[in-house]
Amino acid sequence: MRTSTNGHRQSPGRSHYPARYSAAELFRRGLVSEAWPPAWQQQPMKGSYDVVIVGGGVHGLAAAYYLAANHGITDVAVLDKGYMGSGGSGRNTAILRSNYLTPEGVRFYDRSVQLYQRLATDLDYNVMFSQRGHLTLAHSDASLRTMRWRAEVNKVEGVDSEVIGPAEIKQLAPFLDVSPAARYPVMGALWHPPGGIIRHDAVVWGYARGASARGVHIHQNTEVTGIDVAGGRVRGVRTSRGDIATPVVLNATAGWSTLISDMAGVTMPVMTSPLQAAVTEPVKPFLSTVIVSGTLHVYISQTDRGELVFGASVDPFTSYSMRGSLEFIEGLAGHVLELMPALGKVRLLRQWAGLCDMTPDFSPIMGKTPVDGFLVDVGWGTYGFKAGPVSGEAMAQCIASGQTPDIIAAFGLERFGEGALVGEKGAAAVGH
Amino acid sequence: MILLPCPWCGPRAATEFAHIGEVSVRPDPGSATPAQWRGYLYLRANPCGWTSETWYHRMGCRRFIKVERHTETNEVRSATAAGVAEVPGTGAGMTEIPDATAGARAGGAEIPAGGPAR
Repeated sequence: MRTSTNGHRQSPGRSHYPARYSAAELFRRGLVSEAWPPAWQQQPMKGSYDVVIVGGGVHGLAAAYYLAANHGITDVAVLDKGYMGSGGSGRNTAILRSNYLTPEGVRFYDRSVQLYQRLATDLDYNVMFSQRGHLTLAHSDASLRTMRWRAEVNKVEGVDSEVIGPAEIKQLAPFLDVSPAARYPVMGALWHPPGGIIRHDAVVWGYARGASARGVHIHQNTEVTGIDVAGGRVRGVRTSRGDIATPVVLNATAGWSTLISDMAGVTMPVMTSPLQAAVTEPVKPFLSTVIVSGTLHVYISQTDRGELVFGASVDPFTSYSMRGSLEFIEGLAGHVLELMPALGKVRLLRQWAGLCDMTPDFSPIMGKTPVDGFLVDVGWGTYGFKAGPVSGEAMAQCIASGQTPDIIAAFGLERFGEGALVGEKGAAAVGH
Repeated sequence: MILLPCPWCGPRAATEFAHIGEVSVRPDPGSATPAQWRGYLYLRANPCGWTSETWYHRMGCRRFIKVERHTETNEVRSATAAGVAEVPGTGAGMTEIPDATAGARAGGAEIPAGGPAR
């Protein structure tokens, strides 16, 4: 028996991995003072794997999890140059929705919301998904017209979505200024009840735990420095901790995705820009929906802790820098106060930035590339987190079967050469 | 905050400018294949390091400038007048004006750049 730093007794050597998380197990361990085993295991790095996934965020870990869970492929390594979830997965504003504009987009993101709905059960991990409803405000006739278009496409695809007027908006969000005298009057909104927020770290950790329990190796602080390609095929990856031989590499990075693809000799139509977000001090619960305004470049939600999370559009230039800027906070505060003047005395706690891979049509790039065995799941712009589960599921299927699944067929890299773009700017870009 | 040393207006905040993007060579529309044209439209180097790009001083002199910027640190090495190739919508003949800054400072030749009239 030894005592840990916080005074709880721990008995080493008695914990079995993975632990089942349940109320009964919590009670039992409380009674016998048994420590919880680590949520995932740290394994030594092998010299070869069947599949190497670059990027330990929600996309990479979900792909590893579904490879093991759905297809029985467990000889998989997930590499991350930092700690898992240190990129976009831990920097987004954790909003989930499926009210997109194109039928391809709606089907894809709706599948993701469905997977998120049962994710806590599937992973045996509380991801705190709160389907509190999602409001996208329209401040002009043009955006109201796009909302109606989106609502109709959504309904045809079976997604709950409708356009509502200012009176109904006021009922859903009483603190919102919907008066016609506002600088940007609220003329209507797209109301999407299945949308909501989730705990993004828990999604990453849950997938890591599920993948690790099935035999996947997760290597953190392992930077990929090169990809070996010979005869048009992937042969292996070189990392800061040694070389790995592998026939399949999945690029599931965000921000640095073009740098990884360049290593394999694949050029991608991606530009990297930072996106900044901020959070306030906690206040009492007063906002039960997610509010988005494309015109004011802002989205607002209140976490379970009471903090208000603000997000925005990408910075208007390309950069790999993740430093926050004063002009962003100034603009953001102004826009938030346009929508909710009552927040004038609320103080900001902190701001941060993440990197977004912007594609020309605001849709991702998924599937195979001209290099055999090198697959991509990139170009996730400002909307990657909400697509994590479906992307992982589809990429796992793509790797296991060698065939591109129908649900991602429209998002191939070849669409840019063919001119068959999937224009999602109207629904995916806050800054349109 | 990023300061861009505009050759005409001096150091100004980047918020005064519009970021046009990487300097890319426009192929001849008459002879380019669709694949070449789409490559020109969509493919970018997106380097993590020094890049050469075009900015437009929309709240200042309303001219296009060519900027050498490090995309990881946002350090700016130089900002000079954009040549024809760096101004969107032009590029006829693809001749690049070597460096028009000296001439402009001396009150000399107008930059033969496109873009909005002053």
